[in-house]
Amino acid sequence: MNHPFTTVTGPAVPLMRPNVDTDVIIRIERLTTLGKTELGPYAFEALRRRPDGSEDADCVLNAPRFRDAPVLLAAENFGCGSSREGAVWALQGIGVRCVIAPSYGDIFWSNCFQNGVLPITLPITQVQALAAQCEGGASVTVDLQACTVTAADGDGITFAIDPLRREALLHGLDDIGLTLQDDALIRTWQAADRQRRPWAWPAARPRS
Amino acid sequence: MQPRTLFDKLWDAHVIRELGDGWALLHIDRHLLHDLSGPPALNEVRTRGLALHDPELVFATPDHAVSSQPGRVATTFPLGGKLHAGLKQLTGAMGVQLFDLGEPGQGIVHVMGPEMGIVLPGLTVICGDSHTCTNGGLGAMAFGVGSSESTHALATQTLRQQKPRRMRIRCEGRLAAGVTAKDLALHLIGRLGAAAGVGYAIEFAGPAVEALDVEGRLTLCNLSVELGARFGMVAPDETTIDWLRGRPYAPRGEAFEAAAAHWRTLAGDADAVFDREETIDAAAVAPTITWGTSPEHAIAIDGAVPDPVHAATATDRDAWGAALDYMGLQANAPIAGTAVDWVFIGSCANSRLADLRAAAEVARGRRVADGVRAWVVPGSENVKRAAEAEGLREVFLDAGFEWREPGCSMCVAANGEQVPPQKRSVSTSNRNFVGRQGPGARTHLASQAMAAAAAVTGRITDVRSLV
Repeated sequence: MNHPFTTVTGPAVPLMRPNVDTDVIIRIERLTTLGKTELGPYAFEALRRRPDGSEDADCVLNAPRFRDAPVLLAAENFGCGSSREGAVWALQGIGVRCVIAPSYGDIFWSNCFQNGVLPITLPITQVQALAAQCEGGASVTVDLQACTVTAADGDGITFAIDPLRREALLHGLDDIGLTLQDDALIRTWQAADRQRRPWAWPAARPRS
Repeated sequence: MQPRTLFDKLWDAHVIRELGDGWALLHIDRHLLHDLSGPPALNEVRTRGLALHDPELVFATPDHAVSSQPGRVATTFPLGGKLHAGLKQLTGAMGVQLFDLGEPGQGIVHVMGPEMGIVLPGLTVICGDSHTCTNGGLGAMAFGVGSSESTHALATQTLRQQKPRRMRIRCEGRLAAGVTAKDLALHLIGRLGAAAGVGYAIEFAGPAVEALDVEGRLTLCNLSVELGARFGMVAPDETTIDWLRGRPYAPRGEAFEAAAAHWRTLAGDADAVFDREETIDAAAVAPTITWGTSPEHAIAIDGAVPDPVHAATATDRDAWGAALDYMGLQANAPIAGTAVDWVFIGSCANSRLADLRAAAEVARGRRVADGVRAWVVPGSENVKRAAEAEGLREVFLDAGFEWREPGCSMCVAANGEQVPPQKRSVSTSNRNFVGRQGPGARTHLASQAMAAAAAVTGRITDVRSLV
C-alpha cells in the first residue's frame, strides 16, 4: 500500500539532459549494501559528487533552493537502462514525488507507479518552459485530481494519464491484493492452459 | 479475424482477463531470478505472508554479484556472498530450482534461460532485469520488471500490463563479413536514438535477421532496451526450432514436435499492421562502436568522433559535450586508433559460445598488446565447459587474455570487478553509461570480434583489417 498521491507543491529541480539512466540515478553497489530507505544520500552521486567524494557545488541538484524539491524536471528518456527499482527509491530518498519529462524508460516509468511516484509526460517545450520558471526556486503545484501542473505564472498545464494508473495513485492501491481477488480465474486459466499448451509447463526436473 | 503481429498473438494467448483501456491481467510462464533482484522479491512475498503461486515456473541462478575470478566460490566477493546465501536459502525454502555456482545451468540469466530450454518460443518470460528482452530472440514475449512487479508475479503468476504499441524494424540485405548482430544493434540505436523504442514492443525482421543464428538474434534483442523498448522479438523459425531440440528443459519427442508445430504458427500475419515501421539496409552496416555515454552515441569504425556543434538540439549539444569530457575524447578525431587499457568480452549481449568462437578467431596466434588487460568471461557454466572442450580457453590464454568464471562481471560491476577511473575499455556489453563499469570508467561498446581486435592491437581497430 503506497501513500496516496493527490497534490504536491514545492520547488522543481531542472535536470535537463537527455537519457539520464538508472545507473546514474543510483549506482549498483549502493543496492548491494543499503536498504531501500537509505539510498537518498547516494542519488545521482555521479553528478552530485566530485571524484574525491566531495559535493560539486555547480551541480543543480546541490543548489540550496532545490534541496528536498518534490518535483524533478527532466529531458527525454529519463530513467532509461536498468530495471533497478532502487532508482525510484533513491528519488524518494531525496524527496522527489513527481517527475516531469517528455519520455521515460518504460521499466522506470512502471516502477514509479508501483511506489506512488507520479511520472508526468509533457512535450519538451513545456518542460523547458517550466524549467525556466522554476530556475530561481519558485514552486509548482501538481494536482492529480485535476491533472494539472501549475507554475508561478498561474497557468495550469493539463497532462494526460492513464485512468487505471491515476486511480491507483490517488488511492494508493495495492496491485497484489487486487489481483488475488481474481485467483480462481487465474487457476482456471492455468488448468485450461495445461491442456492447451502442455509443452509450456516444465516438468519439475529435466528428464536427462 | 483481424491480422495480428507476433506480439499480438503472444499477448492474446496470455490474457486471463481484460482490465479495460488496453490493460490485461497476463499469465507469466517463466520467472527468472538472480542474486541481486531475486532475494528482495522472494523476501517481500514472505513478509507479506504470501506464498509462491507456481514455484515450478520460477528458476534462479547467481550472476550479478559473484566473482569471476578463476577458482571463485560464493564468498570470493564477500558482499556477493551475502546475496548468494540469501538466494540459496530463500529458493531452497520456497521450492524454487537454483542453478548454483559450478553447476550446469549457472550463468547470466539471459544466457542460461535459452540454453537450458527454460525459455521457449511463445512463452511470457520476466526477470528483475532490463535485459530480459534478450529472450525475445527465441520468439518469447520477454520483459524486464522491477522489484514490485517481480513480487506481484511470484505471488500471483500474473502481471497487470498495458499493451505497448508495435514497431517492426526490417533489416534488408545481409550483414557483410566481419559485421555482427552487435554491430547491427549499435547501428540501429545510433540511427534511431536511445528513446526510439519507448512504449513499443519491437519485432526485428527481414532477411538479415532471418540469416542470424540464434546467438545473434539473442544479441540483437538484448539491445532492444537500449533502443528504449521493453520488448524485442524475432519470429521463431526452423533455426530456432533446431537450436532448441534436445535442450534439458525443452519438451522431448512427440511433445517437442507438437510444440514446434505451434511455434510455426506464431509468426505475424503477412498483412498485420504495426504502429511504426523502420527499414534499414543491413548490407551497409560497418563494424560499429560507441564514442560517448549513451548507446546512441554509436559510429562506424571508420568514422570520426562527432562535434557537438553539429548536434540537432541544445540539450544534445550539452550531452555530447559532457560525454566527450567524460570519455576524454576530442571532437572530429578518428575513433580508430584510440588507445585502450581494458578489454571485456562477456555479458548477456556477447558471451555465448558463438561469440567466444568469433573472438578467439581474432585472438588466435596473436598477443594482447602491452599495457592492456583483456578478460574473457563466459556467459554460463555450460558455455565455459563447451568452450574449454573445443580449445578456446587455450587460444585465449596463449594470446594473453584472462579466462574467468561465468557471471555478469564487468558489464555491471556489481561484483567489485571494475574498470579503474579514467581507464578506457572496449567492452562487448550493452551499456556505456557514466560509471557503469566503475566510477570514471570510459566504455566503448563493440562486438566480440572488435573487442578482441582492440585487445591485440592496443587500439580501437577495424577488425576487418585483421581477418
